[in-house]
Amino acid sequence: MKILVCISNVPDTTSKINFTADNKEFDKNGVQYVINPWDEYALTRAIELKEAKGGTVTVLNVGEADAEPNIRKALAIGADDAIRVNAKPVDAFFVAQQIAAVAKEGNYDMILMGKESIDYNGSQVHGMVGELLGIPSVVPAFKLDMVDDSTARLEREIEGGKEVVEVKLPFVASAQQPMSEPRIPNMRGIMTARTKPLAVKEPVGAEAKAEYVGYSKPEKKGGVKMIDPENAGELITLLRNEAKVL
Amino acid sequence: MSVLVFVEGLNGEIKKSSLEAASYGSQVAQQLGTTATAVAIGEVQEDALARLGEQGISRVLYDADSRLNQFVADAYVKVIAKAAQQENAKVLVFSNSNIGAAVGSKLAVRLNGALATNVTSLPKTDGGQFVVTRGVFSGKAFADVNLAADVKIIAVKKNAFEITQTAGNTATVEKLSAELSDADFAAAPKETVMQDTEGGVLLQEAEIVVSGGRGLKGPENWHLVEDLAKALGAATACSKPVSDLDWRPHHEHVGQTGITVSPNLYIAIGISGAIQHLAGVNSSKVIVVINKDPEAPFFKAADYGIVGDAFEIVPKLIEAAKALDK
Ligand SMILES: Cc1cc2nc3c(=O)[nH]c(=O)nc-3n(C[C@H](O)[C@H](O)[C@H](O)COP(=O)(O)OP(=O)(O)OC[C@H]3O[C@@H](n4cnc5c(N)ncnc54)[C@H](O)[C@@H]3O)c2cc1C
Ligand SMILES: Cc1cc2nc3c(=O)[nH]c(=O)nc-3n(C[C@H](O)[C@H](O)[C@H](O)COP(=O)(O)OP(=O)(O)OC[C@H]3O[C@@H](n4cnc5c(N)ncnc54)[C@H](O)[C@@H]3O)c2cc1C
Repeated sequence: MKILVCISNVPDTTSKINFTADNKEFDKNGVQYVINPWDEYALTRAIELKEAKGGTVTVLNVGEADAEPNIRKALAIGADDAIRVNAKPVDAFFVAQQIAAVAKEGNYDMILMGKESIDYNGSQVHGMVGELLGIPSVVPAFKLDMVDDSTARLEREIEGGKEVVEVKLPFVASAQQPMSEPRIPNMRGIMTARTKPLAVKEPVGAEAKAEYVGYSKPEKKGGVKMIDPENAGELITLLRNEAKVL
Repeated sequence: MSVLVFVEGLNGEIKKSSLEAASYGSQVAQQLGTTATAVAIGEVQEDALARLGEQGISRVLYDADSRLNQFVADAYVKVIAKAAQQENAKVLVFSNSNIGAAVGSKLAVRLNGALATNVTSLPKTDGGQFVVTRGVFSGKAFADVNLAADVKIIAVKKNAFEITQTAGNTATVEKLSAELSDADFAAAPKETVMQDTEGGVLLQEAEIVVSGGRGLKGPENWHLVEDLAKALGAATACSKPVSDLDWRPHHEHVGQTGITVSPNLYIAIGISGAIQHLAGVNSSKVIVVINKDPEAPFFKAADYGIVGDAFEIVPKLIEAAKALDK
């Protein structure tokens, strides 16, 4: 089985988010980048399936050279090889077209992604890739197993419940907890990752449709009003009469 | 040209998040000098569809194919695409729900449109542009995005828009048939399991959320969270370690790697307020923090706080909440 896992390269979850002085661009100064946390669930599940059934796991990132440390990290966690499409990923549709082109060429049985990229919070690349390839996209899935060699069984979240879906290969799915328990690379993984193949491809011609023109930050809160614990019930009165939320 | 709003039905009614989308869509239509049509899918009563007039919708297209009562992406996309074509829709509006995001992204490809999810503002349309604001970096910032395609697709963030209401207005309901074939249902779910909310409130649609963290010590103490939620008509949630420890189910876990909520009121009990937890709750309108540690980081993000032992404080809150007249 050939599995393609798509990873985005995102600011660490503890990052302070700042923009350049004119608020036109994200300020990367002092920001650490990590593998998108949701994508780690997809990656580990792919590796588990490979360990159980054989096959290969390829990781794919659409991004510039500064994403390579995290691509290597994915190799250290257990992927076999990697592809980086050398382009600035400026919008989801652009990224989706690059992923679809790689997927088509490589004939993968399964294309796994994260539920959402935690930087731009789009939740859209998976649906777009499925549509571009004309195959089902099961999103967001929290369980993935093989029924037989050509069929997978997934559980996906819907508001207020879950759906159990069976799909034929190939398909796209996005991962969320508790699909797997993300792994930390061990020493041996880190050593072997250095020599695993990382192919750099040029992008296919594609246009972006969403133009990011500026950024802002939420207004600061007015500060916290403390309530005497002896008189805790007062909170409920304030929530009704002052905050007007009850 | 017109604005098309996709509304989701549930148990005969229209979801609250879809009423928000309908209100948003009508306002966009007004801005563009056109009308807003809704396309409804799922189990909805006809009078509930007509009532969409109260949100400013003039017509509702409804495909009553009962196979659509459960979510099947391909079939939903076909129905909405058909409606979009029939109405010559240039702006499509969804709620940013799991279903909305799944069909929105497929439609963006099919209709060659520009998509923005998690949208928090009406469009600014000066200078031939179509700029909407959307939440990015997990609630830590907003971005302005110009949708540079003929067809614009917008998924609006939940609880970010008021439901507008003009009493007495009704929409005309028309049948729509997308002539669905069995192939469109090939990926239909084998099984749909709804959570037993015991008459409780669905977390993603809730206006009030009561959430518990590791400070509550164990699942046997969750009656505190549940009773307060019940008294307030709230949904219950938890921090990640609480679901990792199996004290609570995973679908209650909010935060960076869980569900994002933006209720009017979020009450955090025994949760420290780690940055990854805040990422899922920071767009709540009012935040209350109850923690025995005055240095807990959550107080910095709170509007109201109580320093003290949850086991003493929460029962007092339950009592006060029960005493409220509804
Ligand atoms: C203005 C702007 C500036 C950006 N700057 C950078 C940057 O400096 N460095 C950088 O690395 N990226 C950058 N990006 C790209 C960004 O990280 C996302 O990859 C892209 O915007 C898609 O975001 P989304 O929220 O729509 O993805 P979603 O639809 O939420 O992503 C879902 C899943 O798709 C997959 N996926 C998403 N993006 C990629 C990708 N690029 N490669 C492989 N798989 C992917 C992942 O599995 C992800 O979990 C930028 C994007 C924008 C809009
Ligand atoms: C990549 C990544 C993703 C993550 N994603 C998430 C996520 O999605 N959601 C999430 O929640 N976390 C997430 N985390 C974990 C996060 O960093 C914190 O570890 C977690 O939120 C802590 O949960 P907690 O506040 O319940 O527990 P703790 O941090 O242990 O806090 C317990 C709190 O309870 C208080 N307390 C104790 N006893 C009492 C009492 N009797 N009365 C009142 N208060 C009391 C304590 O003072 C303390 O502040 C993530 C972490 C990483 C690295």
